[in-house]
Amino acid sequence: MTNPSLPPAYLAAGSASFVDFLAALSPELLPSARAGSMASSRISRPAGVPGDAPSGSEIAPHGTTIVALRGDFGAVMAGDRRATMGNFIAQRDIEKVFAADDHSVIGIAGTAGLAVELVRLFQVELEHYEKIETVPLSLDGKANRLAALLRGNLGMAMQGLAVVPLLAGYDLDRGRGRIFSYDVTGGRYEEHDFYAVGSGSMFARGSMKKLYRPGASADEAISVALEALYDAADDDSATGGPDLARRIFPSVTVVDASGVREVPEAVVEQAVTMIVQARMTRPDGPVAPMNGAVPGDPAGQAGAR
Amino acid sequence: MSMPFYVSPEQIIKDKADYARKGIARGRSVIVLQYQGGILFVAENPSRALHKISEIYDRIGFAAVGKYNEFENLRVAGVRLADMRGYAYDRRDVTGRSLANAYAQTLGTIFTETPKPFEVEIVVAEVGSTMAEDQLYRLMFDGSVADEHGYVAMGGSAEAISGGLAEGWSEGLGLAEALRLAVGLLGRFGAETERTLPSGQLEVAVLDRSRPRRTFSRITGSRLDELLA
Repeated sequence: MTNPSLPPAYLAAGSASFVDFLAALSPELLPSARAGSMASSRISRPAGVPGDAPSGSEIAPHGTTIVALRGDFGAVMAGDRRATMGNFIAQRDIEKVFAADDHSVIGIAGTAGLAVELVRLFQVELEHYEKIETVPLSLDGKANRLAALLRGNLGMAMQGLAVVPLLAGYDLDRGRGRIFSYDVTGGRYEEHDFYAVGSGSMFARGSMKKLYRPGASADEAISVALEALYDAADDDSATGGPDLARRIFPSVTVVDASGVREVPEAVVEQAVTMIVQARMTRPDGPVAPMNGAVPGDPAGQAGAR
Repeated sequence: MSMPFYVSPEQIIKDKADYARKGIARGRSVIVLQYQGGILFVAENPSRALHKISEIYDRIGFAAVGKYNEFENLRVAGVRLADMRGYAYDRRDVTGRSLANAYAQTLGTIFTETPKPFEVEIVVAEVGSTMAEDQLYRLMFDGSVADEHGYVAMGGSAEAISGGLAEGWSEGLGLAEALRLAVGLLGRFGAETERTLPSGQLEVAVLDRSRPRRTFSRITGSRLDELLA
């Protein structure tokens, strides 16, 4: 093994961005590097057209539903564990929610391979900045860096290999949790209370809309997230429900002032088991109260969380 | 045509080395030492912003004395090298040994090829899963490397402090004991007269063996006062 001295680029004054450094020194390692070659070879065949080449969702595993909720305590992010390739299940226990750094989490939907690579680069980007500058990026700074990374993937997204991340974090300056969603062009949008991405996101969002309460505690937010994922799996075939036989449960992560912590599997198992039990009697899940009263539920039990 | 004076290569090297040594000796000292739970860095440094001690990677720390702009340059290069390696391969493939080698080659090249050598001395420390697996590399301004065991002192009063460490250091030291030993020696030998260093004059960090992934953490404020009490 050779031990060369550090190349001049390493010693040059420059930005604190790892992505910029990588782009200058080893652009082939960037996730967007493959976009050019793919685009030129397949540009005449738009993906997903019947009778044409297989669409992106059929040639590579896709992650499905991620939900996030925020409150003054911070934010909760949860994801199901399924990856699909067309109509079959590519993986039952894929991990789609990751700690981006000490105070932010990222969840990914879309093409799993590209998404995992994007997350890895994003994690290094945040850590690199923190080490070089000796202070972490602001939460807005992190959200903007993620948008910049996504822009490089637009070519792939046009061919059906989209990556759709969701970022949640604790803003140390403002003292509260915040959520950012993205589109495939790198557009960045701050969400108010909750959000979901992925194939089951419509159902999850509908569920959270009824169950989310402003001022929710972390524990409440966790159970709303799990209910929402159950509802997503209930109506979206690509989202995995709790797999009681294999004991595969959603991954749940909390981010607050003290940092990022993954909710232990045993705790998630207990919460999910309770949800499944409750759905035995009411398969559609808890009823949200209407004007404080629920028809046919005089005791006001339903919806009380 | 005028003839330049002949200066022997030995003399050139000696002059450069003297120059670098003098520069390094002007600065305050830094101590790096092993304790049971990992590796401890202690520097006399009143600045909160211009660090002498830094994180390079998960299990690797960096300490330096000498000219700030020069060792800062090397520190940033080290972070870039480590992050690049960890991204291209895997986090476990980033080692203190390869970083020490890169620094040694770089410092060696600068020493021989440029008129002005770097006035720096560096320690690259890597915490292992046991004390026996810890690694301390000491790098000199000319690129020479030493694989140290137990402790390293650099800077102005390095020799006197090393003497004190040889007496006071043992393998069984806990964090508080190791810290008090180092701070005591910095106070005793760091300046002309003996002083007691307040916590505000200290930069302290550890590579904590028990932490998962990123083991580097700074010890500041009340935690530092507690340990020193």
